[in-house]
Amino acid sequence: MHPAASVILFNTFSGLGFGLLFWLGMGAIVPTGTGAFVWFAIAYVFAVGGLIASTFHLGHPERAIKAFSQWKTSWLSREGVCAVFALIMMAIYGAGLVFAGTRLGLIGFIGGLASLGVVFTTSMIYTQMKTVPRWRHWTTPAMYLLLSVGGGALLAGQVKVAAVLLLAGGILQMFAWGSGDMRFKASGTTMASATGLGHIGKVRAFEPPHTGTNYLMREFIHQVGRKHADQLRIITIGLAFVLPVVLLLLPFSHILAALAVLSHIAGVLTLRWLFFAQAEHVVGLYYGKR
Amino acid sequence: MTQLPPPSAKKLGLVIDLDTCVGCHACVISCKGWNTENYGAPLSDQQAYGANPSGTFLNRVHSYEVQPDQGAAQLIHFPKSCLHCEDAPCVTVCPTGASYKRAEDGIVLVNESDCIGCGLCAWACPYGARELDAKEGVMKKCTLCVDRIYNENLPEEDRQPACVRTCPAGARHFGDLGDENSDVSKLVAERGGFDLMPEQGTKPVNKYLPPRPKDEMPEFDVLAPYLEPIASDGKGFVGWLDKALSALPGGAK
Ligand code: SF4
Ligand code: SF4
Ligand code: SF4
Repeated sequence: MHPAASVILFNTFSGLGFGLLFWLGMGAIVPTGTGAFVWFAIAYVFAVGGLIASTFHLGHPERAIKAFSQWKTSWLSREGVCAVFALIMMAIYGAGLVFAGTRLGLIGFIGGLASLGVVFTTSMIYTQMKTVPRWRHWTTPAMYLLLSVGGGALLAGQVKVAAVLLLAGGILQMFAWGSGDMRFKASGTTMASATGLGHIGKVRAFEPPHTGTNYLMREFIHQVGRKHADQLRIITIGLAFVLPVVLLLLPFSHILAALAVLSHIAGVLTLRWLFFAQAEHVVGLYYGKR
Repeated sequence: MTQLPPPSAKKLGLVIDLDTCVGCHACVISCKGWNTENYGAPLSDQQAYGANPSGTFLNRVHSYEVQPDQGAAQLIHFPKSCLHCEDAPCVTVCPTGASYKRAEDGIVLVNESDCIGCGLCAWACPYGARELDAKEGVMKKCTLCVDRIYNENLPEEDRQPACVRTCPAGARHFGDLGDENSDVSKLVAERGGFDLMPEQGTKPVNKYLPPRPKDEMPEFDVLAPYLEPIASDGKGFVGWLDKALSALPGGAK
């Protein structure tokens, strides 16, 4: 799949933003007044900034309001509904802390859970795709949630929790990659089933339907970046998980904490890039590619 | 609405004969022509005459080489467009309701004025039957020429999809695959029509007819004994001729 910058930014920053909102809502930190304003501003910049970035790849962003209508079947629609609900709840909760110094515990709790709901519905957009066997697995939502909660804990300064969650995240990610590498083959979709010609013999793509490229090839067949996958996986594990945990375990200082956050963000950006670049869509088989 | 309707009795679709298709791409061009000049946003091209041409097509013809265990390889031309699936995953993922499947005849369509161009329906389609138009920013797909097949302004023989009307080889058939007595259903039954990627669970309406086995040339050996290969042991007149010719400058050794 084509690793579009807008979607990578969205997945990385919205995940972190909603993760921070989750911890704020749960009352892991209860700032008031200006302090609360700063915390909520950071969370909203990340969460909303990511959502706005995600509209950049739309053909008609001005019609985005229509995307709230099909929540009965569409995970993208559910994500939209969930995001608006979570942002409103957390705005009420935040306003209570900033302007009145009161903690509306129940609203924060609901808003916090809804924030995780956004991350889950996002992950299901990918998980539901039968056409991309690598994504169609429980590790996809598990990894989205773990990254969001772990990254959120890191931002919220929950040192111990963050260290544990990031460690778990690193291990799960390695498992997701390892098992994902075999899933395309296991899906049973091959050039033989795609063309229905396997009963005659071995099928080879002889000539594509066109001399140039097309939307399908640009969007779904991304073989170029895959050759560096192994190095990028190591970089991802190092930056997103190992380095932040090491920095967290050192005696606390604000500089080290900031470094841990930066390293984590850089690592998650790489991780998201790999998430798309390594995902093979079955349509590639019609072009003799993966 | 992106909820799928209950399966319709009428299932309009195409039957494509891989035995007959000669790979001329006439169906590709007539499709592009009709769907650029008629219903919906035109199918744009980018750099049509430039170094890197690309464009939106609703029907594309691939060519595959199939190599059996024994004997010669076969070349098979393979037209592919939307299969108007019964369990269309492209419809249910659509967040806006722009993608829908018609309850009355099963045709899968996009309401372009509702489409936000998110591309998710193209992700969900295993067959690559949907293309986001680079100029219009909306999703394009085969409409089964819904603006021809019911169009009373057209002469009766033109009330079928442009690709079917155009195909010079008679490799494309249009009809109701929900009716088991229709010509297309009989053709599918007779020839063993099959689904593409059945394991994806999309239940395509369109069917493909397999290439027939190639004819074998019968061994025709009435004259064969008289045409035995020339002796290669270099005896007699032929042997002498062979040597003599090889000895000439430039002769084969
Ligand atoms: S072929 Fe693709 S676009 Fe057409 S109905 Fe099936 S899944 Fe949808
Ligand atoms: S591109 Fe258009 S038709 Fe396809 S899922 Fe998005 S809104 Fe629906
Ligand atoms: S017009 Fe007919 S013969 Fe030519 S490529 Fe299309 S289906 Fe095949």
